[in-house]
Amino acid sequence: MAVATTGPSHPPPRPHAPVDTDSPARKDRAPAPSAASMAQRIRQDVIRMAGGPEGAHVGGSLSCADLVAVLYAELLRPGDSFVLSKGHAAPALYSALAQLGLIPADELDGYARPGSRLFGHPPYDLPGVDFATGSLGHGLGLSVGLALAERLRGGDRHVYTLLGDGELQEGSVWEAALLAGHRGLPGLVAAVDRNGLQITGATEDCVALEPLDAKFAAFGWQVRGVDGHDLPALREALRPSPSGPVAVIARTVKGRGVPFLERRVAGHYAKLKPALVRRALAALGRLATDGAS
Amino acid sequence: MSRAPAAADAAGPPDAADPAAEQDTQAALGPDPRAAYREALLTLAAADPRVICLDSDTGGLENTFGERFPERYINVGIAEANLMTVAAGLARRGFIPYVHTMAAFATMRAGEFLKLDVVGNRLPVRVIATHGGVSAAHFGTSHFALEDLAVTRVLADLAVVVPGDARQIGAAVSQLHELPGPGYLRLGRSATPAPPGPAPGLLLGRARVLREGADVTLVAAGPLPLLFALEAAEVLAGDGIGAQVLDLHTLHPVDRDGLLAGCRGRAGVVTVEEHRPQGGLGDAVAEVVSAELAVPLLRVAVRGRPGTRVADQRTALEAHGVSTGAVVDAARGLLARAP
Repeated sequence: MAVATTGPSHPPPRPHAPVDTDSPARKDRAPAPSAASMAQRIRQDVIRMAGGPEGAHVGGSLSCADLVAVLYAELLRPGDSFVLSKGHAAPALYSALAQLGLIPADELDGYARPGSRLFGHPPYDLPGVDFATGSLGHGLGLSVGLALAERLRGGDRHVYTLLGDGELQEGSVWEAALLAGHRGLPGLVAAVDRNGLQITGATEDCVALEPLDAKFAAFGWQVRGVDGHDLPALREALRPSPSGPVAVIARTVKGRGVPFLERRVAGHYAKLKPALVRRALAALGRLATDGAS
Repeated sequence: MSRAPAAADAAGPPDAADPAAEQDTQAALGPDPRAAYREALLTLAAADPRVICLDSDTGGLENTFGERFPERYINVGIAEANLMTVAAGLARRGFIPYVHTMAAFATMRAGEFLKLDVVGNRLPVRVIATHGGVSAAHFGTSHFALEDLAVTRVLADLAVVVPGDARQIGAAVSQLHELPGPGYLRLGRSATPAPPGPAPGLLLGRARVLREGADVTLVAAGPLPLLFALEAAEVLAGDGIGAQVLDLHTLHPVDRDGLLAGCRGRAGVVTVEEHRPQGGLGDAVAEVVSAELAVPLLRVAVRGRPGTRVADQRTALEAHGVSTGAVVDAARGLLARAP
């Protein structure tokens, strides 16, 4: 038809039946590392990316490293989805994708460099990424759409999303939360990286979010609080429920594992000089040997 | 109180209590755009199980689509941002969501969600935007959409369609359905007067030639602008001026060849739209024509500040620069300055 020939370029139409070829959870490509080793590698990769020419959102990428690792190493099954609503934690996501072989490991070296696919926020058309994100307040609604699709298909694929705590100041988050609660969507898990900080300081000093658990509960969600750096506890807390949406408030430390970044407002975004990259990697080595992760 | 004779009834204001009088007024009008759309959607949904009706509590879908296909009717509530994101999620898994809100809310309130989640991902979401232009009439400025075509036209992968009149809606919907990417369909709120003459079929991406004329070109989109253009062509014909009338219902992608063929060799082009002069039909035409032809272009578009006094759609347009007379004046002005 006329508009198709003169019109915008589109990918070919999707087949009639909903498909899951874009799922981030194609673990068949490479053997999945353990959550602990994956988390440690994420932290190291994040530091290396922050040592690149543009720096990186290092604090919020480190705070969610354990959570992202548990999802990719242990929970995401083929067909399941993960939406990184706090798109500025892209370095953590890229590391997980590389560790699973969805993108080449050496591609991480190009992070934010000219010619790379790896922008500071997840781009369109990256393998394993269903949606470009970065503007806050989009991921939960996208995940609700995925979960509604799953219910319509009669399937049991799970949908996970990770939100920043500061992101909860976006009103669109609550539009989506209201709908998910009303529909009692099973298989949907929204994790909040509750590191307590945003660009100008503490979330509670900017626009207070507490009591966060009560807010989600009032919207019809099951709420679970968890230490966001306790891997076995995360594994339990992140399990979806067949009876409705689950909000996981993961208490985390911004800049986790690197003392000069931990709980520092300035660690939100940093460009690390080589000496600091070495210091940070050494600190991460101690974190691993102490078994603290 | 004694009733006036029937003849006086017909000439006077319609009496809502009198079915015959109501019918008389309706006879001058084309089909109701939203009813025509719903009929087209129900036909599609019966044939294609991928069709999902996403509603933002607009009214009129819950008791039509919702009753016929309850599993595929999802009312997200009064939450237009979420309407777009949820649609993107559904489309990513192979469904074809039809999202419903007013043009003003689809493009401005939910604009970023439309841009990033729907259009950015090139997902086959169909945005059905009612109350286009000033068709919301007495509802007032909050419900007017005079910027939506500027917003949607710059979203590069979004097909933008403004059916010429309600008789074209069915064809527009069924053709939009076949697109692999996203689409935006702008509809009015209420029935508008049926344009004179036959209604040639609509083919998305191809301008409709509604009248041939060698002297000047009138390009319009939307029911009342098209009506004004056709009325103006009739007036101009009385002066011996031949006006070519094009219905440019698809504003993106624009029918470049059809537009150039319809404008070439004429003294100038007048565009007529229910939109601000910036970013809408006039600019869409100018972007094509100015690159190829040395013809002047005048925009008949909404000026000033509609929404300070209650008026019906047509009156509001006429009071703000969009009328048959404005088109005639613009065309005559172009011809007067022609060498």
